[in-house]
Amino acid sequence: MTIDNREPDLQAMKPDIPVGIVGYGAYIPRYRLPAEDIAKLWVGPSNRVPVTEKSVAGIDEDVVTMSIEAARNVLARADVNPIDIGAVWVGSESHPYAVKPTSTIVAEAIGAVPNTQAADWQFACKAGTEAIQASTGFVGSGMTKYALAIGMDTAQGRPGDALEYTAGAGGAAFLLGTAEESVATIEGSFSFVTDTPDFWRRQNAKYPQHSKRFTGEPAYFKHIAECAEQLMHALGTKPTDYAYAIFHQPNSKFPQQVAKVLGFTTEQIATGLLAADVGNVYAGSALLGLTAVLDVAQTGDRILLVSFGSGAGSDAFDLSVNDRLSLCQTLAPTTKDYIERRTVIDYATYARYRGKLALI
Amino acid sequence: MQVPRNWRLQKQRYSLIGEVCEHCGVKLFPPRDVCPECSHGAQTLYQFTGMGNIHSFSQVFDPPNGHIENTPFIVALIQLEEGPMVTAQLTDIDIEHVEIGMEVEMVTRKMSDDGTEGMIIYGYKFRPPIVD
Amino acid sequence: MTGSTNIYVSGTGCTKVGEHWGTSLRHLAWEAVNLALLSSNTKKPDAIFVGNMLSSSLSQQLNVGALVADFCGFRGTEAITVEAAGASGAAALRQAILAIRSGEINTALVVGVEKMTDAVGPDVTTAIAGGADSDWELAHGLTAPAIAALIMRRYMYEHSVPTDGLSGFSVNAHKNASTNSYAMFRNLISNEQYSRGAMVSSPVNVFDSAPDADGAAALVITSSDRELVEGRSIQIAASNLTTDSLAIHDREDLLTFSAAQTSARYAYDQAGIDANDIDVAEIYDRFGVYAAMSLEACGFADWGSGWEMAQNGSVGLQGSLPISTFGGLKARGNPGGATGVYQIVEIAQQLAGTAKDNQVSDVKWALAQCLGSNGGTAVTHILNVVG
Repeated sequence: MTIDNREPDLQAMKPDIPVGIVGYGAYIPRYRLPAEDIAKLWVGPSNRVPVTEKSVAGIDEDVVTMSIEAARNVLARADVNPIDIGAVWVGSESHPYAVKPTSTIVAEAIGAVPNTQAADWQFACKAGTEAIQASTGFVGSGMTKYALAIGMDTAQGRPGDALEYTAGAGGAAFLLGTAEESVATIEGSFSFVTDTPDFWRRQNAKYPQHSKRFTGEPAYFKHIAECAEQLMHALGTKPTDYAYAIFHQPNSKFPQQVAKVLGFTTEQIATGLLAADVGNVYAGSALLGLTAVLDVAQTGDRILLVSFGSGAGSDAFDLSVNDRLSLCQTLAPTTKDYIERRTVIDYATYARYRGKLALI
Repeated sequence: MQVPRNWRLQKQRYSLIGEVCEHCGVKLFPPRDVCPECSHGAQTLYQFTGMGNIHSFSQVFDPPNGHIENTPFIVALIQLEEGPMVTAQLTDIDIEHVEIGMEVEMVTRKMSDDGTEGMIIYGYKFRPPIVD
Repeated sequence: MTGSTNIYVSGTGCTKVGEHWGTSLRHLAWEAVNLALLSSNTKKPDAIFVGNMLSSSLSQQLNVGALVADFCGFRGTEAITVEAAGASGAAALRQAILAIRSGEINTALVVGVEKMTDAVGPDVTTAIAGGADSDWELAHGLTAPAIAALIMRRYMYEHSVPTDGLSGFSVNAHKNASTNSYAMFRNLISNEQYSRGAMVSSPVNVFDSAPDADGAAALVITSSDRELVEGRSIQIAASNLTTDSLAIHDREDLLTFSAAQTSARYAYDQAGIDANDIDVAEIYDRFGVYAAMSLEACGFADWGSGWEMAQNGSVGLQGSLPISTFGGLKARGNPGGATGVYQIVEIAQQLAGTAKDNQVSDVKWALAQCLGSNGGTAVTHILNVVG
């Protein structure tokens, strides 16, 4: 059989009913581990660390508790009764249970049970944006009124691995509803996915492995750039149309490089670039950048959001800000509030909080 | 680990849902179904705001089972703004900064677990508010 | 007391309090029972009441009543376990008194027995913490010392107690225990040692906190007038058990042991006396702050000033109200469900004049008050000398 080589139809994904973000909420844990501390321990070059510090979840935190707090921040900003939420979807690569959903616990805690969809999503660092796309479809088809999409991680890095500098904790939650009651409308989205083995974690492994420099050009850069370009092409936009652009941020350097390649300025990406302060929060990475932007964006601002998940793929979104945003920005702690709430810990405390000391 | 016993209390523990006495208006946490003030039935669910202040506190060095890896931890009596007193752990704060009277807010955290393979029990703890 | 039957203590016995690694629950009970029966010259009680708190969790042993009856040679005799957390032993005595008062029996054997050292570490801490509200306190990590610490910090805050202001109770208890052959801690401690004590649950340190230990104590009580020692009958003049909320967050006033207060008042009424008539008191000094609040609840001190009695020496053997005369829970040791029976054994010795180095002079009325669940249960007994 011959292969059908026709060009795919490069339309942006848009639901029948316009959909937008009705409420949003960030979460970043309190603790910070300076990258220099890690460099000291593993004798790395302290002048070339990929981030300044990374956020670390407390000993009593996990993706469940962090998702609950982000979801509560969503509800503080959105005037929505949780019983009207038809889906609670949590994207993460650090769900506390291998089997037993994070999402049911979150749904129970915010009062969305029992008449709701609940599921956990997994696609490395883009599990959260997948949940947003699915929520867009779920609401946009009229199947439900509201859907809650969360991207949250307590990322794992093997002690001594390059990932340990950046593997942070945090994320964000978004309530999707009809565009007319939203704070920002999703003008369209696009996905770009291939089988690219740049980073993985086997079922029973504690830490992930990665293919070093292979994670760059063929994985991160290719997927983000293609996805962003194709979305802009499909929507007929160009970089200068956007007030803000946010790219997945495994470190500070990659998003700046990909922004440059795509033609975005430093100013456009500055607000949503948080990697230096919190590290790479994986499924929450690009989404936390989005909450930082929504905290300050104004009516009419256009936002480009592009995630990247290893394995590999990107989801791109084009959002435009509505009047309602200004009314809810201060109804819950801002992303900056969480970034500024910081307590520096040492490596030993970090090792204890994150279960890197074997007690048994 | 007593799964059904903890499951039964999830609503109260995850979200600080108690009861209100429709007869005299008193708010109850933990829920007790009968109003201790006026002895009428009190089974109407009530969502507490989670705001309160510290009535007393202690740092525990000799833990019970399920709390060993979290030791030392801080426990407190919290006077909720609606009236009831609640016993809970404090989180996201160091003992040097805890004071009687300080304002705290409820968060949902891991309370305990049954080893690395058992159930994780989630429930309320209190911390200083993120925003003053 | 209510009703007309006079009840007397005709025999007492107890084991050394401590870590009896090589002795089981039943052997401990037998040792105390044997001594009590010998001193009472009783062959066989009509019924046995066993106070025990932790055998179900630490020894996986239910029905200690039947176990003790059988092991002590009384197979066939009515026997039952009474559990009221830390007040189990005192509650067992209370039940025995009710049984005699009912007219069904004449002579009861009351046993308090606890075997803490069948397990060690957090298992014991957890089991003991079950005396509080398990769903709403223990589940959050609250241990018995943690609950005492919450009360203590608030007590010191509201009553402006200086740092180490509660030390006097521990210093006095250790002093009295130093001459008690069955006490667990016979070493003297100073205020300076107290100040340096390692924290258990701040501000409760190891010297604020009674040691959990093994031990057994037994009493024979009877409606027949029997002298405990020649020329002296020891009568139970009052008995009362009162409850409060288990959880301290449900208490009307965190700093008042209201069950202890009510129980003491009823007991004084039954005995026809008031607090001023009490010559010696064994109170629940498991933590220094509990001793202070118990003194207040029993009317020996005003609300908020109980701690001063230890600081000014009033509670010493020569003071105006000697307490913990054999070391109390703090230094004699706290064998859980046996503690309430030890207290009766001790005040009976004071009344009989057999307390030797620990004797308080001229004792006519003595009070024993035992608490369970941090004041959730209070049991008060008043004994006096007849003849």
